[in-house]
Amino acid sequence: MKRFILQRLCYSLITLWLLTVIVFTVVRFTGDPALLMSEYPGARPEDLAAMRQQWGLDQPYLTQYWKFISNIVQGDFGQSFQFNMPVRDIYLRRLPNSLQLALAGFLISIGLGVPLGIISAVRVNTWWDNVGKLIALMGLSIPGFFVALVLILIFGVMLQWLPILGKGQGFQLRYLMMPAFALGWYFAGSMLRLTRSSMLEVLGSDYVKLARFKGTPEWVVVAKHAFRNAMIPVLTLAGLQLVLMINVAVVVEVIFSWPGVGRLLMEGLLSRDFPVVQGVVLMAGFMIVVVNLGIDILYAYVDPRIRLSG
Amino acid sequence: MPTPLLQVDNLRTHFFGFRGQRAVKAVDGVSFHVEAGETLGLVGESGCGKTTTCHSIFRILPPGAEVIGGSVRFAGEDLMQKSPRDMRRIRGRDMAMILQDPMASLNPLFTIFDQVAEPAYFHRGLRRHHLRSRVAELLHMVRIPSPEVRMHEYPHQMSGGMRQRIVGATALAGGPKLIIADEPTTNLDVTIQLQYLNLLKELQRQTGVALIFVTHDLGIVAKMCDRVAVMYAGKIVEQGSVRTLYNHPQHPYTEGLIKSVPRIGSKADLYAIPGQPPDLANLPPGCAFAPRCPEALALCCRDEPEEIALADGHTSRCWLPVQEGIDG
Amino acid sequence: MVARTEAVISSPVARPARKMWNLARDAPWIPCLIVVMVVLAALFADVLAPHDPEVSVKTDTGRPVQSYRPPAWMKGGDLSTPLGTDFHSRDILSRLIYGARVSLLVGIVGTLVAGAIGTLLGIIAGYAGGWTDQVIMRITDAWMALPTLIFAIFLASVLKPSLWNIVVILSLVFWSQYARIIRGQVLSLRERPFVQLAQVTGASSLRIIRRHILPNVINTVMVLFSLTIGVAIIIEASLSFLGVGVPPPKPAWGLMMAEGRGPLIAGKWWVSVFPGLCIMLLVLATNLLGDWMRVRFDPQLRNR
Repeated sequence: MKRFILQRLCYSLITLWLLTVIVFTVVRFTGDPALLMSEYPGARPEDLAAMRQQWGLDQPYLTQYWKFISNIVQGDFGQSFQFNMPVRDIYLRRLPNSLQLALAGFLISIGLGVPLGIISAVRVNTWWDNVGKLIALMGLSIPGFFVALVLILIFGVMLQWLPILGKGQGFQLRYLMMPAFALGWYFAGSMLRLTRSSMLEVLGSDYVKLARFKGTPEWVVVAKHAFRNAMIPVLTLAGLQLVLMINVAVVVEVIFSWPGVGRLLMEGLLSRDFPVVQGVVLMAGFMIVVVNLGIDILYAYVDPRIRLSG
Repeated sequence: MPTPLLQVDNLRTHFFGFRGQRAVKAVDGVSFHVEAGETLGLVGESGCGKTTTCHSIFRILPPGAEVIGGSVRFAGEDLMQKSPRDMRRIRGRDMAMILQDPMASLNPLFTIFDQVAEPAYFHRGLRRHHLRSRVAELLHMVRIPSPEVRMHEYPHQMSGGMRQRIVGATALAGGPKLIIADEPTTNLDVTIQLQYLNLLKELQRQTGVALIFVTHDLGIVAKMCDRVAVMYAGKIVEQGSVRTLYNHPQHPYTEGLIKSVPRIGSKADLYAIPGQPPDLANLPPGCAFAPRCPEALALCCRDEPEEIALADGHTSRCWLPVQEGIDG
Repeated sequence: MVARTEAVISSPVARPARKMWNLARDAPWIPCLIVVMVVLAALFADVLAPHDPEVSVKTDTGRPVQSYRPPAWMKGGDLSTPLGTDFHSRDILSRLIYGARVSLLVGIVGTLVAGAIGTLLGIIAGYAGGWTDQVIMRITDAWMALPTLIFAIFLASVLKPSLWNIVVILSLVFWSQYARIIRGQVLSLRERPFVQLAQVTGASSLRIIRRHILPNVINTVMVLFSLTIGVAIIIEASLSFLGVGVPPPKPAWGLMMAEGRGPLIAGKWWVSVFPGLCIMLLVLATNLLGDWMRVRFDPQLRNR
């Protein structure tokens, strides 16, 4: 297992490094970054000069990249024009909100997707299964923001049960419900599908067959034998989903004015606050890589074939 | 004559496809019996219905398959009449199954102990150290070295031969009277096969369990079995004691099978039964083997032969003995 | 000599003509119909749309009609604007029809370009193996770590907003998925006997790729294509929704939904809901088609 983890760690580091290269290249490739930053209304020449200094913009690319990477490793993502604070600080302030939303959405997607997927598989090709497959399809086909708007229309405007904007102080379920559902909806669909196909595959396997021949009670066959084996690929996907939620969250956060990093991205974009935009992108990429690594390690613990392989 | 342990009468299992339109007669009127403690070989080509017959006895069939007729009497009671609950109790406790692929039969996420213990846990109610010692005893019986240690390991840490022996231990865990082994040696190396067969025979001697051994290998049948039933296209075409069948095969299919076993040291051409196995969804009228039979009569292509009783428990589903009887 | 050997042991690919026939025979008709309708709307928008999508609808006297007029079946609606009007009194139905162009164009072309790049890289990585493979795969992994929407927004912020830039963005965002899956397939194809035989008989790599690998990979590419087109459309809609997609006043479904967000809160739901329904139907149709293709063509993608 150690070897496995070490290998994954190496890969992750390489990926992280490549990430910075990609972001760096894309920005430089599309023109002078200073120009981009100078599109911020109210940018003064002194600020621009300071920016040039900090990122080394009038020096050869390699030096620039070196400055870029050393800044990042020290946690310095630049200074936001708009808020006049280090990007890192703003980001960290907004991050817990996004995490709260992502976690809620994640729980919804698992809470909906996995049980329905299991039912679909156990009652394959019956009415239950068809309903399940339909829900999965709808989940994948209806974009999150449409769901969000419809929810707002029904629960916010017509019925007036739930607030349509903002987050409220601390943890307030009323505000969290609609955005979390809009977020989780899409992923519930893919969770359902994967759980279903994974369960079906496992249910058709020889060891499940043998368990039945051994006279094991059916619920034990499903819960013990089938479920645990089927969950392995589902777990992997679940982890990925958690991070992918950060994506869709951008739109949901904007619609519900949820003060998270997705909305931060848009604010930065619309006000031409480039350091913020770059910072959010980098951090998002980093998080994905780290979470992937975490999942791989978790996998190593769950599957004895890897755990005991040295 | 004492009641046989297992008595199968006119068992019929069909597969229904295309929304009930097409029926594949996988098992079409199969009858045989197994006495306590004896070994019956079930022989035939792939697709002849041996596996479906075994699954039907356990009443665990894939979707689309249904037992539509016949009875299976186990220890005097008809399994076809049993409730699902009673069936579940019988499975594992009174009857057990061994599948072909040992790697696929064992769940990779659970320990050996966990899997072998299951029947003992659910059917015999053993717990804790009784359970542990029972599992150790079983593993010892199947010749797994240091069972107390190895039972906490995982399937992927075992060799192929060991896994199949563990599957055997699992089958014995509930204390069954009958074990059905569906081609248990096909996936094993040839050298391991012999070891395994010897082990099976030894276990049978120790526990007195009856065995149905499904295989396509006549050599194994000769070694392991007391009696043998030959299946073709969903029907049993000949059955009897191993000695009788091998020395005086009656049905042309059996003859062909025996002839196709290559003889060591002989340089003669290899014999293969001409033709192809039939499409079970579109069987020709009359005897299913007629198209390939070197001794087919005109009658064979018209009417399905019935089971003719020859001497001493030897039966054959063929018109030839009738014809010979007439000719004298 | 080489030609004869290749003819005898050729890769197992069905003849194109027969494939087409089988395809036509059990195609799922409803999704096909929807897709065809959208394509027709996009192609013949000029003929089908009752009004100019970028200009407000005017009464006979030349004054613009009521803005936020509801759909024809509601009180205050009118048949001349069957689905209602938006803030600028523009006819929603016309905007929907023209909007199909953007969604289709961006979705299809973007995915095509992404698919081409990804497939090419995947084949190279899979076939060449060794360092080339490792390098390409590391880059692909890194690229896949970039969250699609966020990266798309990022790109949108550095590029000038325009239709073609959106296409570029989409293709840049998607190619890695293709690369990874195609590479996996090429890896397993490379070990198959017919490829090894071709290598042994001295066929050049290019020839092997063209004759043996490409036809077997095409199936997967087609299936992937139909599956990712839905995501591409949704991303384009999201970008438009956020205001970084196709610039107004050109109609795009996502943009219409964004414009309708304010009025939605005031109860005027039609500005947002109709474009949303369009997106939903189109993506649903492509997903269904993709599913059907997947089941028919490529068992390897079954658990995706």
